[in-house]
Amino acid sequence: MADDQHRESVAAPPATGAPDGHGPAPHDPLAVGLPPATAGASGAVDVSARRIRRDHFRQLMHSKPFLVGAVLLLWWIVCAIFGKAFSPYNPVNGSLLQFNLAPSGSHWFGTDSLGRDVLSRVIVGSRDILIIAPLATLLGTAVGTAVGLVQGYFGGLVDNVVGRIVDAVLALPVVIVAFLFVVAVGPSTLTLILVIGFVFALLIARTVRTAVLQERELDYIAAARLRNESGAHIMFVEILPNVSGPILVEFTVRLGYAIFAIATLSFLGFGIQPPTPDWGADIASSYQYLAAGYWWETLFPALAIASLVVAVNLIADSIESVLIQ
Amino acid sequence: MSTDISSPGTGDRLSEAVVMDAAHVDVSYTVRGTDRLAVRDVSFQIGQHESFGLVGESGCGKTTMALAITRYLPRNGKVSSGSITVNGQDLASLNSGALRSLRARTVSMVYQEPGRALNPSIRVGRQVAEVFEVAGLSKADAAGRAEEALRKVQISDPGRVLRSYPHQLSGGMLQRVVIAMALGAEPNLLILDEPTTALDATVEAEILELISSLREEFHTAILFISHNLAVIAKMCERVGVMYAGELVEEGPAHEVFEQPQHPYTVGLLRCIPRRGQRKDHGRLDTIPGFLPAPGEVPAGCVFAKRCALADERCTTESPPPYPVGEDRTARCHYHERAPLLPRATPEDVRLPAPDSDAAPVISLRGVAKTYTVHHDKVPALVDVDLDLYLGETLGLVGESGSGKTTLARVLVGLTPPDTGSSLELDGRALAPLATKRSREQLKGMQIIFQNPDSALNRRHSVRHIIDRSLTKLAGLTGAEREQSLQEIVRSVRMEPRHLGLRPAQLSGGLKQRVAIARAFAGNPRVLVCDEPTSALDVSVQAAILNLLADLQAKERVTYLFISHDLGVVRYLADRIAVLYLGRVMEYASAEAVFTGPHHPYTEALLSAVPSLDGAQRERIILSGEIPSPAQPPSGCVFHTRCPRRLSSGICETTEPPLAEVEPGHSMRCHIPPSELRALQQIGN
Repeated sequence: MADDQHRESVAAPPATGAPDGHGPAPHDPLAVGLPPATAGASGAVDVSARRIRRDHFRQLMHSKPFLVGAVLLLWWIVCAIFGKAFSPYNPVNGSLLQFNLAPSGSHWFGTDSLGRDVLSRVIVGSRDILIIAPLATLLGTAVGTAVGLVQGYFGGLVDNVVGRIVDAVLALPVVIVAFLFVVAVGPSTLTLILVIGFVFALLIARTVRTAVLQERELDYIAAARLRNESGAHIMFVEILPNVSGPILVEFTVRLGYAIFAIATLSFLGFGIQPPTPDWGADIASSYQYLAAGYWWETLFPALAIASLVVAVNLIADSIESVLIQ
Repeated sequence: MSTDISSPGTGDRLSEAVVMDAAHVDVSYTVRGTDRLAVRDVSFQIGQHESFGLVGESGCGKTTMALAITRYLPRNGKVSSGSITVNGQDLASLNSGALRSLRARTVSMVYQEPGRALNPSIRVGRQVAEVFEVAGLSKADAAGRAEEALRKVQISDPGRVLRSYPHQLSGGMLQRVVIAMALGAEPNLLILDEPTTALDATVEAEILELISSLREEFHTAILFISHNLAVIAKMCERVGVMYAGELVEEGPAHEVFEQPQHPYTVGLLRCIPRRGQRKDHGRLDTIPGFLPAPGEVPAGCVFAKRCALADERCTTESPPPYPVGEDRTARCHYHERAPLLPRATPEDVRLPAPDSDAAPVISLRGVAKTYTVHHDKVPALVDVDLDLYLGETLGLVGESGSGKTTLARVLVGLTPPDTGSSLELDGRALAPLATKRSREQLKGMQIIFQNPDSALNRRHSVRHIIDRSLTKLAGLTGAEREQSLQEIVRSVRMEPRHLGLRPAQLSGGLKQRVAIARAFAGNPRVLVCDEPTSALDVSVQAAILNLLADLQAKERVTYLFISHDLGVVRYLADRIAVLYLGRVMEYASAEAVFTGPHHPYTEALLSAVPSLDGAQRERIILSGEIPSPAQPPSGCVFHTRCPRRLSSGICETTEPPLAEVEPGHSMRCHIPPSELRALQQIGN
C-alpha cells in the first residue's frame, strides 16, 4: 500500500526514468527508462521499498505527537517489565496502619484504603494490561486479516454469510459481548485475550475486506489466475502485502481500544483479579471513597489508563497519517 | 544558460499585440528542501488570435508551464526566474484580487479529464451559470447565458444537459460543457491541456472540430498542450517542442513538423507510425536512453545523452535558441545536421510471414457475452467469429464500449462467455474459465494488460514476478529457471540489475517490458495484447512495438492486438477486425481495411484520426454518440450514426450479416462494396 501512495510532492513530472553512469550504452535503441533509484546523486526520485520505509521512519521521527506517544508508551513498557524492581513499596502488601494517606514526600501518590502505596500499584499495574492488550490485538488482527481476505477474495455467499455474522455480533457493544463471554467461561488472562481478540477480529475483517475488494479488481490478480495460482497463494502472497498498510493502522488503533476495554472489564470485576495491581480494578475498589475526599486513589490509576490510551492513539494517528499521504 | 541571444520570435512579431509573453522562465519545485528545476529558460509568445501548441513527452514540463501561466503552480512550485506577462500584466506583480480577475476574465483553462473538472454533486446548469455570475450578471441573466453558451459548443439540447449531473453525460459532452465554461468569460487566452486525450478518436475529432470553429468565432488566443503531434499539427499555427523542461524547438507548426531542426523533434517524429510504415518495412525509430531525472541539470545540452549527433561541445556548452529560419529557433549546436540524425534501429528487417494456410491456432465461433445489469441484459459481444493463424497479428479496433476488452478477457478465460460460444486452441475446445483449463492451455495463451501499474504486483520484485510465471507455467525450478529468467530478461532488453527492483522503481516502458517478459515465460502460442502501449509515450511505444514484432518473429507467437490507435494497429497487424457494439463490422487484411472499400464505420474511424501527413481525409462526422449496448438499435446497429445509411430503410429494419465481399474481406453492411468504393472515391 505504501508504495503506490508514495508520491513526490512534485506535481508535474512523474518519475519516468533517469540516466546514470552505469546505465546501458547511450545508444541502446530499446532501453527505455531506467529506475530512478539507481540514479543516486543525480537527485532522482527514489521509490525503493527500503527508501520509502526509511522516509516514513524519518517522518515519524519528526512528528511531535508520535514522539510524545512513543515516550509515554516506552515509559509504561519499562514499568511493566522492571516495575517490581524500582517501585518504592511493595504494591500488594501495604501497611494497614498507613491507609488513605494523602500524597506526600514519602508516598507521592498517597496510599489506598488498605495502606498500599498508590504509586507502586500504578507502576506495577501496567504489567497485565500491557501483556493482554497487545496479544489480544495481535490475535484479532491475525484472525481478522484472514477472515477479511477470504471474504473479500471469494465474495458472494461467503462474504454475505460472514458479513451478517459480523453485523450480528457488532450490534452489541464490545464490552457487553466480552462481559457475556467472561461470565460464561470465567475470568482469566486467556479468556480476556480470546474474547477481545474475537471481537476485534470481526472489526478488522471489515476493514481488510474493503481493501481486498479494491485489490481484487486489479490485473495482477487476473494474471495470477491465468497461471493457475491457488486461492491461498493469491490471498496471502499476492494480495496481503498490498493491504498491509490498512492492517498496520488498524492494529495500532485497535490496541488503544483494547487497553480501554480491558480496563473497563477490570473495573467491572471481570478482568484481572485482585490482589494483582491493576488500574481498572483499583479504580473500582477506590471510587466509592471519592466522596470521602480520597481522590488520589482513583485519579492516579485513571490518569495511567488515559496516558496509555492517549500514547497508543498518538502513535496510531501518526502512523496512519504517514502511510496515507 | 543563454543570455547572448534574445528570446525567440522577437522582432517583427513584437509589434503585434501579444497576449502571453513568457521570457526566460524557470519553474522549480521544492522537494525535500531542495529546488528542482522543472522548466528551464523557456521563452515564447502567443499573439492575438494565435494558436500555439506545446508538445513533448510526459514529464517535459508542458503542464507546469500552463500552470505557471495561470499562476496555479502547487504550493511547492514557483517561477524562480524570468517573467510571464499576460495582456501586458506581469503575473508576478498581481495581488490576489487582480489574480482572481485574471483567471475569471483573461485566462481560462480546460483540463484533460472533463469529469474531474466539474463538481459531481451539482447540476451542470448551476456550474455553467456560475461563470457568468462571477462576471457580474444576475442569476436570471446568468442562466440564460448558460444556455446560450452550451448552444455555442453545439450541444443540441442544452436544456437537458443543464438539468443533468455530470455523471449522466458522456465524456465528449462533458468536455463541451467545460469548453463552454472556459469560453463563457470570453477570455483572451484559452489554455487546453490535453483536452482530447481521454476521449475516443471519433469524439476527439468532434471536439477538435469544435475548437477550430470556436476559434474563428471568439478570436481567442490558444495554448494547446498535447503529447499527440498530429493533433498539434492540425490545431496550431505555431508549435513549441519541449524536452526535459526546455523549449528545444519553436516555430510555425507545419515547418517544424516537415523540416525539424532539433534531433529530439526528428527522433520524436520517427517514433510515430505513419502511412506506409509497417513492422518490417520502414520501421519505427526509437530515441535511445532516458529522460533526465526531474531537477537534474546537465552541463550542456539536455538532449546530448540521447543524441547520436552529440559531441564534446554538446556535453559542455548549453545551446542557445539558434534562429533557424523566420520565426524559428532550435536549441541545437548542429541544427543544420539534425535532419540527418542517424537511426537508432535498422529501417527494414525480415520478418517471417504468418502461416495462414495451416489450421488456425485460435478459432472463435459464435462467441457471445451478455452481462446482466440490474436485471437488464446487456450484450457486450454478439456472435463473434474470428480465426488467428500461427505467427500473425490480428488487430482489434473500435471505440471504447465496443467490446474489445471483453473479447480479450473471454479469450483468456477471465470472463466466461455465454453458453453456445465455441473457443478452440489448436483445435481443442477451451473451457470457459481459466481455472478449468489445463496447464498446457493456460501457458499457451497469455495476456499483456493495458496498465502495467495494475498488472504487476507492486509488492513483488521483477525477479519474483517473472520467476513465478516460469515456475507455474513452464514448470521450471532451480538453475534451469534461473537460466530461463536471464534469457527472457535479455530478450525483452532489460538488464539483470532490474531484477531486484519493484515495479514502482521502473519507468512505464520498463514496467511494460516486465509484463511482456511474464507473458512470454511459458512460451505461449497466443498472446493477447490489450492496448499495451496506450499508457506510454510515443518514443517508448515505438520501442515496445518493435520489441513485440521481434519477439513474434523469434518465438512464432500469434498476437491478438487490441488498440484504439489505428496507426499502431496498421503498423503491427496483418489482419484487422473492427468491432462496434460487440459485433465484428469488418474483418480483413490490414491492407484491405486501410485501402477500402471500407465499412462506413471503419471509414469514419479512419477519417477521425488526425494525421501528420498533410492531406487529411474528408472528415466524416458521426452524428450522436455510441448507443447504449443495453438497447442496441434495430437493424444494423450502426444505422443511428451511419452517414451512408440507405434511404430504402433496410438499415433500420434488418441487421446485415457479416458477409465476404471480396476474398478475405468480410463486412457487415447492406451497401454493396462496389457502391462503397464509388462513395468513398477509391480508385480501382
